[in-house]
Amino acid sequence: MNNLIRLTEHGPELIRDDGWSLALTEGETVAGPRILSLDGWLQCQPAAVLGGLVPSADAVCLQPDDEAERLQPYLAVLPLIAVLFPSFRDGRGYSQAYLLRTRIGWTGELRAVGDVLRDQLSHMRQCGFDAFAVREDKSVEDAIKGLSGMSVLYGRSAIEPRPLFRRRTSEC
Amino acid sequence: MYHYDEYDRALVAERVAQFRDQVSRRLSGELSEEEFLPLRLQNGLYLQRHAYMLRVAIPYGTLSADQLRTLASVARDFDRGYGHFTTRQNIQFNWIELEQVGDILARLAAVDMHAIQTSGNCVRNISTDAFAGVAADELLDPRPLAEILRQWSTVNPEFLYLPRKFKIALCSASEDRAAVMMHDIGLYLYRDGAGEMLFDVMVGGGLGRTPILSQPIRKALPWQHLLSYVEAVLRVYNRHGRRDNKYKARIKILVKALGIEAFAREVEAEWEHIKNGPAELTREEYERVAASFQPSEYPLQPAVDLAFGSALARDAEFARWVQRNTLAHKQPGYVSVTLSTKPGADMPPGDVTAEQMEQVALMAERFGFGEIRVAHEQNLVLPDVAKADLYALWQQACAFGLATPNIGLLTDVIACPGGDYCSLANAKSIPVAQAIQQRFADPELLQDLGEISLNISGCMNACGHHHIGNIGILGVDKNGSEWYQLTIGGAQGKQSALGKVIGPAFSAEDVPEVIAQLAEVYREQRQGTERFVDTVARIGLAPFKARVYPAQEVRA
Repeated sequence: MNNLIRLTEHGPELIRDDGWSLALTEGETVAGPRILSLDGWLQCQPAAVLGGLVPSADAVCLQPDDEAERLQPYLAVLPLIAVLFPSFRDGRGYSQAYLLRTRIGWTGELRAVGDVLRDQLSHMRQCGFDAFAVREDKSVEDAIKGLSGMSVLYGRSAIEPRPLFRRRTSEC
Repeated sequence: MYHYDEYDRALVAERVAQFRDQVSRRLSGELSEEEFLPLRLQNGLYLQRHAYMLRVAIPYGTLSADQLRTLASVARDFDRGYGHFTTRQNIQFNWIELEQVGDILARLAAVDMHAIQTSGNCVRNISTDAFAGVAADELLDPRPLAEILRQWSTVNPEFLYLPRKFKIALCSASEDRAAVMMHDIGLYLYRDGAGEMLFDVMVGGGLGRTPILSQPIRKALPWQHLLSYVEAVLRVYNRHGRRDNKYKARIKILVKALGIEAFAREVEAEWEHIKNGPAELTREEYERVAASFQPSEYPLQPAVDLAFGSALARDAEFARWVQRNTLAHKQPGYVSVTLSTKPGADMPPGDVTAEQMEQVALMAERFGFGEIRVAHEQNLVLPDVAKADLYALWQQACAFGLATPNIGLLTDVIACPGGDYCSLANAKSIPVAQAIQQRFADPELLQDLGEISLNISGCMNACGHHHIGNIGILGVDKNGSEWYQLTIGGAQGKQSALGKVIGPAFSAEDVPEVIAQLAEVYREQRQGTERFVDTVARIGLAPFKARVYPAQEVRA
């Protein structure tokens, strides 16, 4: 993926030569490390990986119908989890990400893939994504401007677990 | 009303800047219309038949006099001199230029207003009783919790791309004046014996092409769990609601498909994870918000007001208006006044001119504490009027066409903008509403018919809530011409019911006479003080059908 933004401790970084490739349909061959569908991943992993003994060489991509909870047993062996937005208007990926971060316990890279656009990046970041594979026809330098979003969050999120009413300092 | 602090102001100001940028990227072609669409909808901007329409949020229908003046200035400077109050207690402007939206939003932000989430597949404006805080039959004031819910649902990142729109209403009076049962989530708020606030939660209501009344999902939920419980419902809906068909995407369809018990189990399982977490409301937060809604200092009124009494005796018109357009107040010597936006042929239902808005702002200051409410029936309410001031207020309201004595009567028509404006509509709403109002212009006849709600929607999206009108009118398209299907027996409130179709549709010109025939049947059949809707419930549809359809058509 050559249109990637990744959050690091130094802030967001642009990555032009990320090695991962999506291979969501059965039998699809790609160069380099693969991100497979959940069912595809489960089918092709050796027993040692599924048993949690050996890290997997392949990553998983959750699609909107997938239950994020199914990844629970494999967190220790997964190198990366991607969440697919087939359309930026399909909001299921936000809940999947939120659950992965706050309930399932995923701490590795959580990457938004698919119809990933500037005006949704801040919401994705709030829900726990830390990598964003911006749609190929869009400028990643432009998209990065969408990361910061607004300074006020009334509710809570994966990266700000306390709602504003527990953070408010004003006396007004 | 709620007073913004620096967080609230910062959010609204940043949102204006963000949307200005999005508009300019749309105008430069950087954003496609498809990409721009949900962004503009979440800022209240629709593309209608002739122009853009901007829907401005009026949280739970509460406005200050200055805010109303600002709305008047928007109507005057950016529209054609009027605005349309909606059934979600908001206002919409129908003739807006895309290039000017940033300036309009900035002007609104200066008086703590915005258009955030007045459209789109997200949580919409929270609505409640237009008489919240003042009605004599109120159990407790729902506005602090409505405001807390408004804040929590505003730009909540997980729930901005739901399968479909999501509407929440609260009610905490004996009478449900917020149409709670037609909402995605409806909340009945009350106190237990120990004085603690509790909610009965309803879920899965909605109108549109599959009208369904909500069902109870949880009884006696302690108030601290309001946000976590709503979050659990939204998360289950966001994950499992249908997205393959726009007309089957509301939560009502999911609740129906799973059954209320199975849906409730899903919600409870989700709620278990979050209920005692940081989303649990604190008493400090409740009190911080409730401080904005403390009752005003009401000057004491004399127990017997001779001038008011003699005005009532002297002026029958005034007496009629007082009887129809005022509601009992918590405070002795005061009432709430409803200013009718349904004068008949002069103005479409819910439309108010800039001049009228400015006059209402003045009235709110002179006869109250500078506050105005928008009722979901599209009328304006002055919540705190001393009875001693009613005559002066009435004269002023008469002078500006806002004193039609028809609240709750047949001519208090609820109507969507219809085919004159809306590109979704199958048929016009406004001319039909006006023809009916003209047919029932005789005040004696109108009074005699008593309470009848009449709702008109120009298409099955049901913005005019026709299913819950005692008489409902739905515009339908038959081979390119406009026809109107009638339902009777619908009702809102705690006795909510969906109206039943009486038969084949009518042409626009026949509608007023058909309504008159329905009214005649009621007058003949009613017993005692029975209302229209009670008579329909008692005698059924048959006598009404027999009157309006010749025999052979009924069989067809």
